[in-house]
Amino acid sequence: MSAKASFENYSRELFTQSIHRVYGAGMSVPLTLLGLLEREPSHGYDLKREYDVYFGRGKPLPFGQVYATLARLARDGLVLAADTEPGAGPDRKRYVITDQGASELDSWLTEPAKPEPHLQSILFVKVVLALMLGRPAEEYLDTQRAAHLQRMRELTETRRSGALVDALMADYGLFHLEADLRWIDLTAARLESLAKEVTS
Amino acid sequence: MTATVEARDARLSFGETPALQGASICIQAGEILAVMGPSGSGKSTFLHCLAGILVPSSGEIYYAGQRIDTLGESARSALRRDRFGFVFQFGQLVPELSAEENIALPLLLSGVERGEAISRARGWFDRLDLDGTQRRRSGELSGGQAQRVALARGLVAQPEVLFADEPTGSLDSLTGEHVMELMVGAAKDLGTTVVLVTHEPRVAAYADREVIVRDGKVNQLASTAAPS
Repeated sequence: MSAKASFENYSRELFTQSIHRVYGAGMSVPLTLLGLLEREPSHGYDLKREYDVYFGRGKPLPFGQVYATLARLARDGLVLAADTEPGAGPDRKRYVITDQGASELDSWLTEPAKPEPHLQSILFVKVVLALMLGRPAEEYLDTQRAAHLQRMRELTETRRSGALVDALMADYGLFHLEADLRWIDLTAARLESLAKEVTS
Repeated sequence: MTATVEARDARLSFGETPALQGASICIQAGEILAVMGPSGSGKSTFLHCLAGILVPSSGEIYYAGQRIDTLGESARSALRRDRFGFVFQFGQLVPELSAEENIALPLLLSGVERGEAISRARGWFDRLDLDGTQRRRSGELSGGQAQRVALARGLVAQPEVLFADEPTGSLDSLTGEHVMELMVGAAKDLGTTVVLVTHEPRVAAYADREVIVRDGKVNQLASTAAPS
């Protein structure tokens, strides 16, 4: 790698880290708004509406958060408040994504999200503690299984009755819950051996 | 609600190997029940006992309030033909018959005249997205199509209870979901009770309730709502 490329990577990394510090590790709201702005310039009100339709999933984005985020994005040069239109409402500014904003969005879209193995999940801790304390770990697992299946039923209903975007979101949840259930089943089958290991 | 199918302390062994060791369940009319459990836990054996295919060595099985484990083979056979429908994982279509003849089979076996049976079978093709496959034999159908034909065959006689043993086990996720959508939709429309054996949580999530068979016993999961 050339020194220039290396420096560019370093700069990008620093910039990404600073973005993470400013906007938080989740990053989804600012970058999602950037993405919506790359599609077309828009007002805060319309951005909020589109966000709620596609990504809100029953948790509408507060107006305050939309405008605060847009202000931060503008401050950092990622969007431009292009013009102000007359009309009702708190803010009729029309926002446009900048080249820097488009570059940041592109970088976020193309980089893989960090795989999170959730190795220290609360389920794991509960099972090990239950075995250490001589409590009924299998019953705990059964209760958890029932709760997981209940949530899967709700998500299945969502995917059956909703639009394709709802179905995709529900599928994401369903596959993760299914992974948990596989772990629950496997752990239930190994409880005896596990008990010997953690109580010896 | 009325109990449609019930098992009380059912026990059955294959040689020295115990398969059911006191399995009990009460299934309400119109309910979709998922029977889950690890391989070899006895869940398919349990389904076969509930459906009158196998007879437990002790315990009792009821259908619509009538004890069926004490019936002779011919009476149980008539019950299966007239009241129950079946969908299995593999090899259930008759390869020599076309898709519409396969679907019509339960009606023909019940004595329905051939023209009438084929006509009623044809009514399922549009409903299950099978248009154009009426004359195809099982070897000419995709896995998902074959399973939908099997589903139509299980429901064509409008059974009181549909027994489905791993009905999506040989299908990919998307095709399996499609089959489940159709199965649940049709069962709800017809008011059919469904007993669904599956090891897949995503399939079980289509049911109203699930139980786990473990070591030949039925564990009724607490129906606690998940914390939000």
